[in-house]
Amino acid sequence: MFAYYLQLGLHSLKRNALLTALMVFGIALGIGTSMTSLTVFYLMGSDPIPWKSDKLHAVQLDNWSAEEPYRAPNEPPDQVTYLDATALMQASKADLQVAMFKVVWPVQPENPEIKPYSAMGRATYTDFFAMFEPPFKYGGPWDRAQDKENARVVVLSRDTNEKLFGGQDSTGKKVRLNEVDYTVVGVLDKWQQRVKYYDLTNGAFNDPEEYYVPFTTAIEFKTRASGNNSCWDSPKAGWEGYLASDCVWIQFWVQLNSPARVAEYKSFLDNYVNEQKKLGRFPRPLNNRLPDVNEWIVAQRVVPSDAKIQVGLSFAFLIVCLVNTVGLLLAKFMRKSGEIGLRRALGATRGQLFMQHLIEAGVIGISGGLIGLVLTWFGLMAVRGLYADLNNVAHLDWFMVLTAIALSVTAAVLAGLFPTWKACQITPATQLKT
Amino acid sequence: MLKMNHLSKVYRTHLIETHALRDFSIHVREGEFVAVTGPSGSGKTTFLNIAGLLEEFSGGEFWIDGVDVRGMNDDQRSRLRNEKIGFIFQGFNLIPDLNLFDNVDVPLRYRGFDAAERKRRIEENLTRVGLASRMKHYPAELSGGQQQRVAIARALAGSPRLRLADEPTGNLDSLMARGVMELLEEINRQGTTIIMVTHDPELAARAQRNVHVIDGQVTDFESEPQLRAPAHGSGATTAVA
Repeated sequence: MFAYYLQLGLHSLKRNALLTALMVFGIALGIGTSMTSLTVFYLMGSDPIPWKSDKLHAVQLDNWSAEEPYRAPNEPPDQVTYLDATALMQASKADLQVAMFKVVWPVQPENPEIKPYSAMGRATYTDFFAMFEPPFKYGGPWDRAQDKENARVVVLSRDTNEKLFGGQDSTGKKVRLNEVDYTVVGVLDKWQQRVKYYDLTNGAFNDPEEYYVPFTTAIEFKTRASGNNSCWDSPKAGWEGYLASDCVWIQFWVQLNSPARVAEYKSFLDNYVNEQKKLGRFPRPLNNRLPDVNEWIVAQRVVPSDAKIQVGLSFAFLIVCLVNTVGLLLAKFMRKSGEIGLRRALGATRGQLFMQHLIEAGVIGISGGLIGLVLTWFGLMAVRGLYADLNNVAHLDWFMVLTAIALSVTAAVLAGLFPTWKACQITPATQLKT
Repeated sequence: MLKMNHLSKVYRTHLIETHALRDFSIHVREGEFVAVTGPSGSGKTTFLNIAGLLEEFSGGEFWIDGVDVRGMNDDQRSRLRNEKIGFIFQGFNLIPDLNLFDNVDVPLRYRGFDAAERKRRIEENLTRVGLASRMKHYPAELSGGQQQRVAIARALAGSPRLRLADEPTGNLDSLMARGVMELLEEINRQGTTIIMVTHDPELAARAQRNVHVIDGQVTDFESEPQLRAPAHGSGATTAVA
């Protein structure tokens, strides 16, 4: 009977075409609005690296002032000092570890037709590539020995390689960055992350870097971070004074492959800080943290509270659309009361009629959902046009497509429950005498 | 085929009680063609609705084809209605946006026949009423008489043993009415029981037996039905003793 009900439902779409169109468009509008905001909300907060997000941990050491916390109520800084970054790298207690910071250097192409330009890059360690798993198109990362040797090596993004070398395999070729030649060891493939979780301090939805160079090399060239830099005490003069200061400007991440390793590393951090306290640093009570990727995204408030309000409002709008649909469905089903009475007279049970009309409501829901998806697509296009930083999160994926369809069918069936129940209460005898 | 003993039907509001049927008894045997007549508001439509299990009754006893319908729930009544009863309405009651094939299909769907069996029955019965060539047409494309023929085909398709006809020619001109009546008589001759509510004394006279209803009671009744061929105009009723 399901196929029969479905056939009747499709047939019914044609009947009272204006009424049907109003209902379908009402649901489509509600779905389009709610799915646009929900998609952005979902993609902002969803796990960017689900296969290992529980193994990657940001390192937070509370080296802040005794007088006040880094952020109320008692949050430790979200970056670390150069002193601590180098100490933790040397200790090498994690399965993988990386200290890194954002740099902006001029790129000076050999090709005279391409003008020099300023580009954002990342000074990092080789473990970055194993930890965050950007895909390589050509070559690979540099090695640990090259980290120690302050090697002049670089990994290019796909776009940079496209711009400088026309997309050809450029490994072994030279790229001039900030007046120094670097040898290309690897070229990444397309790597578009929804959330740039490994450096939230410099913008959760920023584009990926255009090149990656060894951390040690950037330090050798006295490169200051182009990103967030926070100090609670004035650093001593000069580059060495800055490196020795309590200013935080380096993101530090570790990969710990088991909960036991997490506990071990936490203990190591606590011991490290206690040792530092003996040297007069870390005046605050012990407050080290090791949030994993998802905890980090929550703690750093990647999803702004106004996004939640927006989702709430758009769902309130969906409810308004549904209330409207309830009224229209009621009108549609009541206009069919003659047919309902007839079907009862011809042997349909109330249950069969209930199912028939619920499926009819479902058909309206699917139609509304499909049009709603088109509206969502336009909505997300508008979001991308209005907010360039949401480019990576304002996209439909399959999960959200299925969610939209399921939501619209559920919504329409819910909206159809009362009209359907009401329609099934029709006394056949009163409808048949015309 | 249909037996009611001392049946009553009372409509209650918070102010008044209306007795639509009182002490209503009737026995219709298999193969009979019974006409139910009476003035407007006499209770004949209420009787037909109760006979068709479209309305519940307030008291008394009621059997259809030997099945006691008292205490049946809504689903049981629907199944019994689908299996045993075919309706022919004054207003035809065809579904306007279904073609003739799909209109006749409606009761068969609820019976649960497979597609091949439904197709066979639909084609057979539309052929029987002379509309086989118009299966894909819609009701609006037919005359009133043709629409009533489709309704008759629909009432025949499930092979119910009892047909209930409510003013089946009420919306037709005399020529079409005669055609529909002849079709009903032919169906009856083939063994189907028919109960027909009508205002028209001429039509009533063509039935084998007349039941006259006034104020919810049978007042005129041929108590001992002697099955006879339709009388074609000679239909005098016999007073009940």
